[in-house]
This record gives sequence, C-alpha cells and structure tokens, in this order.
Amino acid sequence: MFFYAPLDTGQGFVQKIFYIHVPLAIVSLGGFIFGGLLAIAYLRTGDRAWDLRSYVAIHMALIFGVGGLLTGSIWAKASWGHWWVWNEPTLVSYLIVLLLFATYQPLRFSIEDPERQARYASVFAVTAAAFVPLNYLAVSLATAYVHPRVLTLTSANLPPSMGLVFLVSIIGIALLYVTLWKFEMAAKNARSQVRRLRRTLLGDDAVRPVGRSAAPS
Amino acid sequence: MSLLIASAPALPLGTSGKYVAAAYIVFVVLILVYVAIMATRAQRLERELDELRRDVEAAKAAGGPVADRETEAVL
Repeated sequence: MFFYAPLDTGQGFVQKIFYIHVPLAIVSLGGFIFGGLLAIAYLRTGDRAWDLRSYVAIHMALIFGVGGLLTGSIWAKASWGHWWVWNEPTLVSYLIVLLLFATYQPLRFSIEDPERQARYASVFAVTAAAFVPLNYLAVSLATAYVHPRVLTLTSANLPPSMGLVFLVSIIGIALLYVTLWKFEMAAKNARSQVRRLRRTLLGDDAVRPVGRSAAPS
Repeated sequence: MSLLIASAPALPLGTSGKYVAAAYIVFVVLILVYVAIMATRAQRLERELDELRRDVEAAKAAGGPVADRETEAVL
C-alpha cells in the first residue's frame, strides 16, 4: 500500500491512512450487522450459542470501530487540521452508531437473569443493526459533504491500482475480524466447557459462581 | 532486510508522515492489546484446567464417585 498504490494528487501521502481507516470502519459496520443477524438466529431458535456468537461479533465490531474512529480522527487532523468536525454527517453518524452499540454491554450487564439478558440483548442487537443501513442511507441523502467519498454502492471512485490495494485491505481486515471472532469464540467455549466439566466431575460446589456479567455464561 | 529497505523507493513523508505512522501504530497497538488480553485469559484457562486435573486426581485417589462421573461425562 505504501509502494504499489500511487500517491493521491489531492491529499498526498496522508491518503495512505485510508487503507486502514476505511476497511476498519466498513468491517465494524459489517460486524454490527453480522451481530444482528446472529441475534435473529437466537430469537428464532432460543439456542444460547447464537447469543454468544452475536455478543462476540458485536464486541469485536466495537473494537474495530474504535480503531476506525481513532485512525479517522488522525486523518482529519492531518487533512482538515481538526481531530473532529461536528458538522460532518459521516463522522457524526458513525459516532452515533458506535455509541449505540457501546450501550449493548451495559444493557446486558444490567440484566441478571441469563435468559432475559439474551432475549433483550438480541432484540437490541437486531434493532441497532437495522439502524446501520438506515444510517448509511441518511448520510447518502445528505448534501453537505466534507468527508471524501471513495466507495459508493455503485462505484469505487479510485484508479485501478488504488482500488486493488483498497480491496486487499478490506479483505485483510475482514479476515482479521473473522479470525479474532473465531479465536474469542473458541476461548469462551473452552472456558464454559471447563466449568461444565468441573461441575460434572466434582459437583456444583466445586464451581466458583460467575457473578453478574455482560458476557453470556 | 537492509537490502530490501535500501532498494525501496523513498516515501514522500513530508509533514503527513507522522500522522500516517500514528494511524498505523494505533491499529497495531489496538490489536496487540487485544491479543495480550486474550493471552492472559488463555493462561487463566490453562491454570483452571490444571487445577481441575489435580482436583479430579485427588478425588480419584480418595475413592470418590469421580471415576463414574468421569466415564459418564466422557460418554
């Protein structure tokens, strides 16, 4: 991305931030939608494994979202001279989505009963995920653009060599998301299996109580 | 490695070089922090497994019902 992709004539070297910022933002939004779809699967089946998958998907998307926000802020400082611009619809709408999903964990933590926690969190995840494309549409209809448009639903406003690097970056970040999602799922499943095994072999007294937690138990 | 760096074309860093570096460093740090947290959790899980193994062996040695339960759990 530093040597193969040509320098942007308008922005110069600072445009290289886009190869990390845009994929992080896109993958995080995709992750929120993915979490919503997994939540639908939980609501349809009642299987707690889907709730865990949805929780981890949203958790990972939040981490990627924070990365997108921070790298975007650095780009804004270099390009516009400000860390944040409040009258720019793309930035503010992305922050709203991020803050919306940031309330997902406190919502879970506030409900003690695991069944109710999973149900309420899933309903929240589905509703909030539906907000993501609506938000995108609202921003697309807005006219006051300051934020550059490099990708739209119909075209990529990039020369082919830049487009290729962009595509590779998006695929790379998406694969990182999937890998970390699987990694965290494996860790959570292993922990729950150890607890189950301990309970089976040594009885309920041998298992330390989990206490209130935002994560599905 | 030094040969590769020497043969690479010079980057027009200018004043924006530090911002580009900062953005990529933020990304790497974020991933590293996440991996470090997961590594700590994996270590805790390893300790729990070890503890479980010791508890099961102690219960077996004491002649408790663990052996039957173990067979049941495996099946």
